[in-house]
Amino acid sequence: MGRSEVNHWIRIEVILIASMLVMACAGNPAPVEPDLPQPPPEESQASITPAPSAPPRPSTPPPLPPIIEEESEIATRSLEELNRESPLQPVFFDYDSSELTPRGQTILQANAELLSEYSTWAITIEGHCDQRGSPEYNLGLGERRALVAEEYLIALGIDSARVNTVSYGKEFPFDPDDTDEAHARNRRAHFVITGR
Amino acid sequence: MMLRFRILLSLSVFTSAVFLAAQQPTTPSNLERQQSGVDLIIGDRIGAQPRIAVPDCLALSPETAVASAASTIAEVLWDDLNFEREFRMVARDTYDSIPPARSLIDLPLDDWRELGADGVVSCSVESLSGDRIRVTARLFNVQSLASSFGVEYSGVASNIRTYAHQLSDEIHRHQRGLRGVARSKIAYISDRDSESVLGLVEDRSTKEVYFADYDGANVRRVTISRTLNNNPAWSPDGRSIAYTAWRPFMDILVSHIYQGRLESPVEGNADTQNWLPAWAPDGSQLAFTSNRDGQPELYIANADGSGLRRLTNHPGIDTSPTWSPQGHLLAFVSDRTGAPQVYVIGSDGTGLRRITFESHCDRPTWSPAPYNEIAYSSQTGAGHDIKVVDLATNEVRQLTYGLGTNESPSYSPNGRHIAFSSTRGVGNKQIWVIGRDGRGLRRITGVGNNEMPSWSP
Repeated sequence: MGRSEVNHWIRIEVILIASMLVMACAGNPAPVEPDLPQPPPEESQASITPAPSAPPRPSTPPPLPPIIEEESEIATRSLEELNRESPLQPVFFDYDSSELTPRGQTILQANAELLSEYSTWAITIEGHCDQRGSPEYNLGLGERRALVAEEYLIALGIDSARVNTVSYGKEFPFDPDDTDEAHARNRRAHFVITGR
Repeated sequence: MMLRFRILLSLSVFTSAVFLAAQQPTTPSNLERQQSGVDLIIGDRIGAQPRIAVPDCLALSPETAVASAASTIAEVLWDDLNFEREFRMVARDTYDSIPPARSLIDLPLDDWRELGADGVVSCSVESLSGDRIRVTARLFNVQSLASSFGVEYSGVASNIRTYAHQLSDEIHRHQRGLRGVARSKIAYISDRDSESVLGLVEDRSTKEVYFADYDGANVRRVTISRTLNNNPAWSPDGRSIAYTAWRPFMDILVSHIYQGRLESPVEGNADTQNWLPAWAPDGSQLAFTSNRDGQPELYIANADGSGLRRLTNHPGIDTSPTWSPQGHLLAFVSDRTGAPQVYVIGSDGTGLRRITFESHCDRPTWSPAPYNEIAYSSQTGAGHDIKVVDLATNEVRQLTYGLGTNESPSYSPNGRHIAFSSTRGVGNKQIWVIGRDGRGLRRITGVGNNEMPSWSP
């Protein structure tokens, strides 16, 4: 009984992984929801008998088996997955500034190389700000940050048709804390892959 | 407006004085007001504010809805009259000892005089056919025993508060020569119905545009776009709201709220984005920020999007435009000298001058006439406070003092109040209203986070 139920859970996990793979390969942008309520086992005893050997329903996404990690090359990941752990690094700015720092330029050069390698990718550069200053002013500041990053990529040879910008001002902070460290993390140009 | 009203009678011997006073613009100075004779209308203490009582209306029909309306009208009217601070309102929980009125015109004025009232509002509610009701109201002068003012409204019963608001505006106009704002609305954005936007990036919530009565009641949702929306701005005719929408690029949309029609007058796209709309006082033009020439500058277009012209030309950020009441000047924010400051420029692009000289000044709003001042948010510490600069004297006065961060001021149509967003109190963002003299603070929202108020005409 216990063994068959474990097997059943393994089966469910295999099905889940398989369907994730299918979705990933199809480039489906629909988000994978790993903590969907699991369907109860079909054996009617399972709901009656306490089954300590059954794995508890995961409240957080179960760690993916190594085989997934090995296959998650950039080329095969969905846009959703790509953007969750983007290979394009964000560029950070000083307070109330849209000037690129030397570090920011280095990051943009690396991003440009990646965009040259994956020459079909289209991106949107989002300009973000820290929580200081008005939400209205920060729309302008965020737009400037995005535009400065876009200009730099274009200067490095990236086709302007592949790059859009948008400002979110201070609407979507990485880190909502009101500390210097959080502010620094929030003053950024964030790269989102929108097409491939 | 669904309401119909007519003046029933004006028995006061001061009727003609009231009428003349009502034609004059609001006088901000107490001294001038005393000399105008308006205070003689109700109340015999020269220079003192008349004391007004608003007991429950008489319910002339047996329905419970009518009884409920009779007390709601009185409660709302008391709050409305209290809001402008033109009257000293006699607290409603002190009325227990006063016998109820026997009819609209038969009330115990001697008892009201003993309670210290100079005027009493007498009102009645009765049901008509269908869902229609009739509200009749008079303002009695307790000293002269005369009815100095009377109105009658009939209409649908669905929004009983509107009748009280209209009555308040009528009383302010007749008694004080004041344009009340009880029927005005305040638009704002809120995350109260926010939904997580599924898609490319996690944890992005939506903000939608709403508007409510000036006292926060009667909330209505304007946008259902399930995206980010910002910066609502009422058109001067009060029939449209312009705002910034993420589609996903920033663009200005105009929602004609009574027609259910949506327009994109300046037709943004991924390369040409537009945000922060501001209507010219006559509604014929929109000023806004756009990136169309490579970075944030100010532009003006006709309300239909035609006649686009560039207003500013500087490598710094120019944004947050607001028009002067006559429409020949605009104030805006620029970081051209470093930190953001408020500037004024002619609508033809000439005559630039800097207005603020503090560490960080942001989001100006030009007052309506007769005041000639600009409210803005100024960085005073960790957060911002609302300040006002008088354009004639350059004097700055501060309205809020460091409780939370206080931003996005918007004037009431009579210029006597300012709505703004604040994180004071529990820490989330809410809409608050304060007098332009810094008194009378009150909160008008409480669900979710609410910010960027725009007070309707």
